[in-house]
Amino acid sequence: MNEPSETTTGRARFALGPQRGDVGERELVFDVYDLSVSYGGVQAVRDVTLPIRVREITALIGPSGCGKTTVLRCLNRMNDLIDGVRIEGQVRYHGVDLYHRGVDPVEVRRRIGMVFQKPNPFPKSVFENVAFGPRIAGFKGDMGALVEESLRKAALWDEVKDKLKDSAMTLSGGQQQRLCIARAIAVEPDVILMDEPCSALDPIATARIEDLMRELVADYTIVIVTHNMQQAARVSDRTAFFTVDVDEAGHRTGTVVEYDQTEVVFTNPRDKRTEDYVTGRFG
Amino acid sequence: MALADTRTTTDAVRRALTGRRRDLGGRLFESGLLLTLLIALATLIVLLAKIFGQGWSVFAERGTSFLTSPMSQAAGRAGIWQGIVGSLMLMAFVVVIAFPLGVGAAVYLEEYARDTRFTRFVNANIRNLAGVPSIVYGLLGLAIFVELLGFGRSVIAGGVTLAILVLPIVIITTAEALRAVPNSIREAGFGVGATKWEVVRSHVLPYAAPGIFTGTVLSISRALGETAPLLLVGAIQGTFFTGSQSLLERLQGLYTSLPTVIYTWSRQPNPDFQKLTAAAIMVLLVVLLMVNATAILLRNRYERKW
Amino acid sequence: MLGGGGAQAPRPVLTVADLRGTSRRRRKGRLIRGAFLSAAAVSVLISALIVVALVGEAVVFLSKIDLRSLWSDGWFPRRDMFDIRTIFAGTVIVSLIAMLVAAPLGLGAAIYLSEYASQRVRRRLKPALETLAGIPSVVMGFFALTVISPDLIRRLFSGAGIFNMAAAGIGVGILVTPLVASIAEDAMHAVPNSLREASYGLAARRRSTSVRVVVPAAVSGIVAALIVGVSRAIGETMVVAIAAGATGGSLFTLNPLGPGQTMTGAMAALGTGSDRVTGGTAAFNSLFFVGLLLFAMTLGLNVVSERFVRKVRRRY
Repeated sequence: MNEPSETTTGRARFALGPQRGDVGERELVFDVYDLSVSYGGVQAVRDVTLPIRVREITALIGPSGCGKTTVLRCLNRMNDLIDGVRIEGQVRYHGVDLYHRGVDPVEVRRRIGMVFQKPNPFPKSVFENVAFGPRIAGFKGDMGALVEESLRKAALWDEVKDKLKDSAMTLSGGQQQRLCIARAIAVEPDVILMDEPCSALDPIATARIEDLMRELVADYTIVIVTHNMQQAARVSDRTAFFTVDVDEAGHRTGTVVEYDQTEVVFTNPRDKRTEDYVTGRFG
Repeated sequence: MALADTRTTTDAVRRALTGRRRDLGGRLFESGLLLTLLIALATLIVLLAKIFGQGWSVFAERGTSFLTSPMSQAAGRAGIWQGIVGSLMLMAFVVVIAFPLGVGAAVYLEEYARDTRFTRFVNANIRNLAGVPSIVYGLLGLAIFVELLGFGRSVIAGGVTLAILVLPIVIITTAEALRAVPNSIREAGFGVGATKWEVVRSHVLPYAAPGIFTGTVLSISRALGETAPLLLVGAIQGTFFTGSQSLLERLQGLYTSLPTVIYTWSRQPNPDFQKLTAAAIMVLLVVLLMVNATAILLRNRYERKW
Repeated sequence: MLGGGGAQAPRPVLTVADLRGTSRRRRKGRLIRGAFLSAAAVSVLISALIVVALVGEAVVFLSKIDLRSLWSDGWFPRRDMFDIRTIFAGTVIVSLIAMLVAAPLGLGAAIYLSEYASQRVRRRLKPALETLAGIPSVVMGFFALTVISPDLIRRLFSGAGIFNMAAAGIGVGILVTPLVASIAEDAMHAVPNSLREASYGLAARRRSTSVRVVVPAAVSGIVAALIVGVSRAIGETMVVAIAAGATGGSLFTLNPLGPGQTMTGAMAALGTGSDRVTGGTAAFNSLFFVGLLLFAMTLGLNVVSERFVRKVRRRY
C-alpha cells in the first residue's frame, strides 16, 4: 500500500497512504499547526491550524487580505521566493515537517502543484507547456502519451488535440487555465493547490473548471482559495473561513475563524462572523 | 489506518523530500554566469590600474606643468594644455547648440506633435541617428562645414560636428524625461486655462528638469571622449603654437582636443610618450568621472517626489 | 446668430468668437510651436545632409577612379588601390572577434543580473557595468595596444605582431559588452514574474527557469541586443586605429594575428598624419565612399534590431 503504484503508461505515482474506497476518517495530507507568516516584519497571518485531508477539496474563503493565499503558498513553499518572509509554526506533509532544514523545496513542489489566479501558460506550444514539468523532472518515457493523458484529465484534450503545436497564447482564458491544470497534473502530483483559479474567467469557463475539480478530487487532494463563497459551497468538502483581526495599533492580521465540513459552515456556522459572511451581510 | 501504516508513509515521504541531489549543474551554471560578469568588471580594474600605474610618474615628476605645457616633440616638455583648451571650447559649442535644439525638438515631439506618420518618422529617424557611427558625423562635418560652408578645419567646424553627434542623445533623454512627467501635472495647468506653452514652461519643464540636465551632462561626457569625427574635421595631431592668439583667431585656427592628443601620443614610437599618454588618459578619465558625478548629483538633488 | 421672427432676437451671451482667444495669443502660440517644430525638423535635415554628402562624394569617387581598382591586392588609397574586400574583411574579422567576446560576457552578465543577483548585488554591479560603457574608445585603444596585445595575444600566439586585429577585436568587444548586457537584461527583466512562478511551481530550479522559460520568452530582445552590438562593433574606430596598425594601407589579409584595416580604420587613416588627404584627390573621395558603405550597413542593422524590439513590446 505504501509503494508507488504503477499506472498503465508505466509511470510511478506519488500517491501515498490510503487508496480510494477506504472508509472512516481520512488520513491527513497536511497538518498545519499554529502557522504564522510575516512579510518584512509585518505579520500577515496568525495561528492558523488546518488539518487537510486526503482526496478532499478544502476551500479557504474570506474577504480580501485575510492571508488565504499566504497560507496556501506555504503549503508548497512558494513563499520562499519572496524576500523577507518569516514562517513560524508547523506545516507537516504526510507527517514530515516541510520547513525542516534538510527538505528540498523543489522536491516539495514536485508533489504539491499549483494553479494560479491568472492563467500563466508559457509562450510556447500547448504540447511544450504540458511537457515542461515532466521534462524538468527527467521523464524519459512516451511524452506524447503523458501529454494526452494530462490534457484528457483536464478536460481539454478534445479542444486542443489538433492544435498541440499552436502557441498556448491563442487559447481562450478558460482553456488556458485548464492548460495550466493539465500542466500541473503532468508531473503527477499528490496535491493540487489552486489560488482563485476562476477569478479571471467568465461564468461558463468557471463552471467547467468546477466540474473538473470534482473529477480530479478522485485522484488528487485539492486545496482552493476562493473569493466566491458560492463556489466554495458548490465544490468543496471542507471550508475554512478566514477573517482579519485588527489590533489596537491598527495592524491587520489574518486568522482562521472556523473550519469544518462545508455543509456545517454554510448552514450552521458556529461563529457569528462566519454567519455574517456566508449570508452576505458583509465581505 | 493503523498507526504503523501512517509512520511508514511519513518515512517514505521524508526520504523523498530530503534526499537532495547535489544539483552540481545548477551551481556550475551560476558560477559561470557570475564569472562572465566578473571578467567584464576585472578588465575595467586592470585598465584603470595600468593607466594610473603608468601615468602617475609623470605627475610625480612634473606636477601640474604637465597640465599647462603645450605639445612638444620632446617628451620631457610636452603637456596637454592645448588639448584641455580645445576640449573646453568644443564643449562650449556642444552645449550652446545641442542643448536648445535637442530640448526644443523633444518638447515638440512629446508635447505638441500628434501621432501622425510624420511624427513617427521623425522619431524613427532620431533613433537611427543615435546609432550612426561617430566617424560618419566626421564625414558630415568635413563635407558641409569644412568644405561647403568654408569654416575650414577650425574649432567651429569641430564644435558644430560634435553638437550634431550628441543631438540625438539629448533629444532621446529629454523625451524620456518629458514622458515621465505625470499627465495630472499637465491637466492641472490646462485646467486653469493656461496655454500649451505656459503649461510646458511652468509645469512640465521644471518637473522634467533633473532628467533633462542629466541627459545633457551625459551627452557632454560622450562628446568629451570622441576622437574619430575630430580627426576628419581638423583636430591637429602634431605640435602647433597657439600662444598669444586672440579668441577669434583661436576659433578659426588650428586646434586639438584632449582625446586627440591621447591618440597622437599613443602612436609615437618613442616609449617615453607611453607614460605621457597614460597621464593624459588619467586626466581625461578624472574629468569624465567628475562630469558624470555632477550629473548624478544634480539628478539626486533636484529629483522631487511629487 | 439666432434668427427670429419679426421681433428682435436677444443678443447671445457668448459666441464662438469670444472663445477663440486674442489673435495675438494665437499667433504667439503658433510661433512657439513653429520654433519647436523646426528644432525637430533639424534632425531630419541632418539625416538628409548625411545621405547627400555621402552619396554625392561617393559618386564623385566612383566616377574618378578606375573601377578595377576596387578589386586589387589591397587597400592603399594614396596609391589608388581601393580594394574593398580588404577593408570589409578587416571589419568582419574585428567585429567577429568583438562579438565572440561581447556575446558570452554580455549575455552571461545579463542572465546573472536578471535572474540570480539579489537587489543589493544588482544595485552595485549594474552601475559598474555602465561605467565600462563610458570608457572613451581612445582609452580602450591604448589599453588594447599596451596590455591586450603584449600580455594576452602575443603571449598566447608568439608569432603575432605588435599591431594585430585580435587585440583590437577584444578591445572593441569589451566596449560593446555593456551595451549587449543592458539591452538583454532589460528584455529578460520584462518577462512577467507570473511565468517564473509557473516554472517554480512545476518544481523547476533556477537554472531551468532561466534557460528554459525566461531566455526563450525574451529572445527577441536578446537578438536585438546582439544586433545592436554588431552595429556598434562595426562602427568602432579609435580602438582599431590605435591597435590594429595599418595606417598606410593594408594588403588583403584574413589573419587576425597581424595588422589589418577595417572600414572605420581606413577612414581614420585618411584623416590622420601629416599627409592627410585634402580636397580633390580620389583618396579624399574614397573616404566618403567607405563612409557610405558603413552608414548603409549600420542603418540596415539598426532597422532590423528595431523590428525585434517591437516584437518584444507586442508580446506583453
